[in-house]
Amino acid sequence: MNITRETVVNSAVLALLVLVPVVAQLRGDPFTITLATKVAIFALAGVGLNLALGFGGLISFGHAAFFGIGGYVTGILASHAANYEPLFDGAFTVNGTQQMLLIWPIAIVVAGLFAVVIGALSLRTSGVFFIMLTLAFSQMIYYFAVSWPSYGGEDGLSFYTRNQFPELNMFDPLNYFWVCFTLLILAVGLSAMITRSRFGLALGGARQNPQRMASIGIRPFWLSLTIFVISAMMTALAGSLYADLNRFVSPAMLNWHMSGEIMVFVILGGNRRLLGPVAGAGLYILAEHLLGQFSDYWQFFLGLVLLAVVLFAPGGVIGILTRRRGDV
Amino acid sequence: MSEVILEIHNLHKAFGALQATQDVSLTLRQGEIHALIGPNGAGKSTLIKQIAGEIRPDSGSIVFAGQRVETWDAAARARAGLARSFQISSVMPDYTVLQNVVLAVQGAQGRSFGFFRPALSDRHLTDPAQAHIAHAGLEGREGVTAAALSHGERRKLEIAMALALQPRAFLLDEPMAGMGPEGARQLTPILSELRTSAPILLVEHDMDAVFALADRISVLVYGRIIATGSVAEIRANPEVRASYLGEEA
Ligand SMILES: Nc1ncnc2c1ncn2[C@@H]1O[C@H](COP(=O)(O)OP(=O)(O)OP(=O)(O)O)[C@@H](O)[C@H]1O
Ligand SMILES: [Mg+2]
Repeated sequence: MNITRETVVNSAVLALLVLVPVVAQLRGDPFTITLATKVAIFALAGVGLNLALGFGGLISFGHAAFFGIGGYVTGILASHAANYEPLFDGAFTVNGTQQMLLIWPIAIVVAGLFAVVIGALSLRTSGVFFIMLTLAFSQMIYYFAVSWPSYGGEDGLSFYTRNQFPELNMFDPLNYFWVCFTLLILAVGLSAMITRSRFGLALGGARQNPQRMASIGIRPFWLSLTIFVISAMMTALAGSLYADLNRFVSPAMLNWHMSGEIMVFVILGGNRRLLGPVAGAGLYILAEHLLGQFSDYWQFFLGLVLLAVVLFAPGGVIGILTRRRGDV
Repeated sequence: MSEVILEIHNLHKAFGALQATQDVSLTLRQGEIHALIGPNGAGKSTLIKQIAGEIRPDSGSIVFAGQRVETWDAAARARAGLARSFQISSVMPDYTVLQNVVLAVQGAQGRSFGFFRPALSDRHLTDPAQAHIAHAGLEGREGVTAAALSHGERRKLEIAMALALQPRAFLLDEPMAGMGPEGARQLTPILSELRTSAPILLVEHDMDAVFALADRISVLVYGRIIATGSVAEIRANPEVRASYLGEEA
């Protein structure tokens, strides 16, 4: 593998993300570890969205739906397990669980099923209609969660104890960070693999010139639907981790604000850059934490920065740091 | 007479009151270049689009390799071996020459759902792609992004992508458009050789190229074919001279 500038920048970004919680651990500062964990989780959500938004060119303004579904699946399974209440009790019994290794795949599959339906319907349109449809579907799910009393409705659902992972104490903040960080790395690796594959090549073609695809025998719809679903699944995994970090889920995870935030991670860090969302989420949390102390209007300044990025540096932070031209 | 690969019968297409295709019938035979000429707005591109499956005819039939294909979408026709190039260059601008052609090879193979192996290190894709790139006269330009190519090179890239489909027929819509006389001279032998891989339905305004290349010519005027014949027959046809070739011909 030849070492490009992007590889160097990427390594630095990851090294920083690891260094912060390790140093915080040595200094006995669990709050900072939690902050770094939040970055890893948000970055994972962004890596998921980047697949659809960056590589697939699908401007989804509804990824909060998948983030929230991941969160709710986690909260529901965990609270049923904690209360010894079966999820379903009829001809057979389905119990909740507090095992992350069970919760994750369930969260991923449930979100994937939602994504198949939402994607198949939304992909009948394109451009601004696609954006609006993804937004509409996610808001429908948001309002459903608000008005669904069984799991806390508007107030959300607390589940008091962190879920479990074999052989690792998940109450140790640094351990939980490692779990989240490892999943982030796996997701980045998976993204890298997908984007270089035959599928990735075709997906990029469909993004650049969808009309042309048919004349070489490829139907863009199936490419787009597939990446939309994979993207949703990654974001749902992030949602599950986020619920576990807070031991709490609420409709806020499903709200369009959340969709916007995930989009900010991607665009700020660098659309279509493998580690763009990691840099974006890191800067976002940093800005929230530092600027938020001084000014309640920090989001206003974030807005300005975002505007500058979109206008002058479409490759985001990673783009600025690597300054490669036109390459994919 | 050699085998007919593409057969169009009584095709009609109207855009509102405008009859863009009127009762068009034509054939494309193995080994030939069949040129389709006619003034601007005659309906040449519209006919190509109907054959390629991008727009639906109002009536009539299209038989390709023995099968009725009117109801097939464009992707299905491309996979069945109908390759086309566009009057206005249409490639993937951010991709390199190699990526564009590899993508077309992969489309022809019908295998775009591989997730694991990197496409650009798959010899089953890159070997044929390299061959098509060389065939189209773009050797040495594999690593250049399509957006950075000259106009003429982009036209050649279109040919390479069409070749990648290993087609049973080419539909080339003004492959020389905007290339200038020098570019046209370069492309003429490439197209001439192309007919040995598959017959070509060639839409072209450059009459020197058409007369040099065509085995048969059809003349389309206001959506209607007014004459079909050999180069000599078309040059001699008084109606064609009046309506299209003009006085100087
Ligand atoms: N989608 C469309 N809707 C309405 N009219 C159309 C459409 N496409 C083409 N036309 C009209 O049909 C006629 C034939 O157009 P077409 O592009 O097929 O001509 P052409 O022979 O390819 O011309 P040129 O030599 O300029 O490329 C023109 O009058 C054009 O304006
Ligand atoms: Mg035309």
